[in-house]
Amino acid sequence: MSTTISQSGPPVVEVAELTRAFGSRTAVSGVTFSLAAGECLALFGPNGAGKTTLLRVLAGLLKPTSGKARISGISLPGGSRARARVGLISHHTLLYDALSPRENVSFAARLYGIQQPGERVDDALRRMSMLERADAPVRFLSRGMQQRVSIARAMVHSPQIVLADEPYSGLDDSGARALTSLLRELLSAGTSIIIVTHNLLEGLSLATHAAVMQRGKFVRYDRADRIDPGSYAALYREALAASA
Amino acid sequence: MKISWLPVAAGAAVVATVIRAAFFTPLEAKQGAAQKIFYLHVPAAWVAFLAFFFVAVASGVYLWLRDPRLDRFAESSAEVGVVFTTVVLITGPLWAKPIWGTYWAWWDVRLVSTLFLWFIYLAYLVLRGAIESPELRARYSAVLGILGALLIPFIHLSVYLFSTMHPLPIVGKPSKPSLPSEMLLTLMISLFSFTLLYFAFLRSRYAYAVERDARASRLEHA
Amino acid sequence: MPLFTGRRSPPVPDILSAAWLIARKDLAIEFRTRTAFLSAVVFALLGLVIFYFAWDPTAVTTTDLAPGVLWVIFTFSGLLGLHRSFGVEMADHAIDGILASPVSREAVFLGKAIANLVFVIAVQLIAIPALVIFYNLPLATVAGPLLAIALLAAIGLVAVGTLFSAMAVNTRLAELLLPMLALPFFVPIVVGAAQATAKLLSGRPVVEVAAWIKLLMAFDIIFVAACTLAYPFTVED
Repeated sequence: MSTTISQSGPPVVEVAELTRAFGSRTAVSGVTFSLAAGECLALFGPNGAGKTTLLRVLAGLLKPTSGKARISGISLPGGSRARARVGLISHHTLLYDALSPRENVSFAARLYGIQQPGERVDDALRRMSMLERADAPVRFLSRGMQQRVSIARAMVHSPQIVLADEPYSGLDDSGARALTSLLRELLSAGTSIIIVTHNLLEGLSLATHAAVMQRGKFVRYDRADRIDPGSYAALYREALAASA
Repeated sequence: MKISWLPVAAGAAVVATVIRAAFFTPLEAKQGAAQKIFYLHVPAAWVAFLAFFFVAVASGVYLWLRDPRLDRFAESSAEVGVVFTTVVLITGPLWAKPIWGTYWAWWDVRLVSTLFLWFIYLAYLVLRGAIESPELRARYSAVLGILGALLIPFIHLSVYLFSTMHPLPIVGKPSKPSLPSEMLLTLMISLFSFTLLYFAFLRSRYAYAVERDARASRLEHA
Repeated sequence: MPLFTGRRSPPVPDILSAAWLIARKDLAIEFRTRTAFLSAVVFALLGLVIFYFAWDPTAVTTTDLAPGVLWVIFTFSGLLGLHRSFGVEMADHAIDGILASPVSREAVFLGKAIANLVFVIAVQLIAIPALVIFYNLPLATVAGPLLAIALLAAIGLVAVGTLFSAMAVNTRLAELLLPMLALPFFVPIVVGAAQATAKLLSGRPVVEVAAWIKLLMAFDIIFVAACTLAYPFTVED
């Protein structure tokens, strides 16, 4: 079931001919799209397509090589101001395994300027059902639980934009449901989301827009309400084959 | 194969220097024949520091402009420089033993500074060898290049302070010899020829780096 | 290549041949990369150099030797703690969490350096009293200046060490590379601190102690600034 598409407002994420190269290797090549508040872009594509690099540029970890990108109207590289608006769920958990979930999430909250994070930390952990295990060091938790903490960590500062790089990896059924309901709630509240996932149906169920990326380029870009989820898999394979 | 003028000129200059130093320069009164190593030792030290100066400058400009050619230049200068530095460290004891009676002269600011230059060069080259990604390698080497250049004055100062406060019991530490004009001329010629040699080596090493990077980049795109 | 035909398998190497086989493989790997060997060689050579400058050539009594011992130990134990500084960020790429947050790169460097400084000072707080006890030093007279020297030395060590551990952690064989990078830079610190301490303890004129302290201060000012400015360049961008 796709989310209700509201009227597109002013763009929160604007990307125009964005390119990122590493020496002679171009990881992101001329990508263009925009996302308004409450919209969700599902980003599909094979390994090595440049999806993670695109997210890292938007997260402020990498500078664009050329092209333009704006987060909440701030041109990238936007420094602290741009990074403050973004929450990143990465490939890696970004956690310190000697610290507890509560300590990890509190540290993150304070990095984003939240002075007394206690309540918000509890709230974030509760949403991902990790409040009962909030005080044991992370290294004693299973991969799935660590992923839940990692998600709580990304959300605690109520970001305007969430960049999620395969956020479902490691999650069991209940974890996946908690994440999906959290993401839907965020979208209704006006957060913009870019989600990288290998699961086409999962991605489409949340998305307002869907893109297929290969070798740094968008080889397909659709509005989700114009896609039939059932036939998208074939379209996906076609798009990859056409640009090979 | 096209023979360029630079290596020929450098080679000729070095040969001329050796001949002049060996046969046409007077023997130094106190030190005798061993003193002739001076004409090898001092220019090599000059080149060692000159090469590092270029490494440092190229490093600084690289961090500003991020042009890979600057990184290749720094890398080449470092490899050539470390060779000259090794020459200094070998000729130093060879010269010191017959003249001062000791292989190593801790009071000799130039010698000890060159030793540290050698350590920095080595760290620079090993650092480069430990990084796969060309961009990261260039950036990190550049940082080390600049910091290394900042270190050298402190080493100089430390050794100088140390030697002035610890006058050594060894008799016969030579004060700076005033060079008669004959020797000075030989020294100037050898400085010139070593500098030419440096540029000759630098250019061919740089050409090698260009070729190697072009080959690597072709492989990547294959 | 002959396939298995059900007959007896070739004889397993005996203990000596097997040991030699494994030794050859280890040496082949080490020869190819050479980092560990070079690092150990440089460590040894620099150790020799540091020992020379840390002591007064006329040292005779244990009181004369003590300062050199203290500051040499300080450098090598400092190295042990430095790797931890960025090593702790590696496991789950936690550093990305900090870098993606609004805090500035310089803040990351200073934060790491402060943590290292606390670590180094904590070790000094144990090592210096131990030194006083083991070497029977007349500490009371020089406690104040000694603390000042200790602080200056710690600051210099931490500034350089934090920067290089940020770099080393992103390379192959990080723990081996860190001493190679950092030890040449520690030499002015060790020499300055050891000579200043020695002169203090043997009651030399203030002028001589002052010269070394000024060296330490100059080193600290220049390298704290240089390393703080250099750190952002070590972050991928």
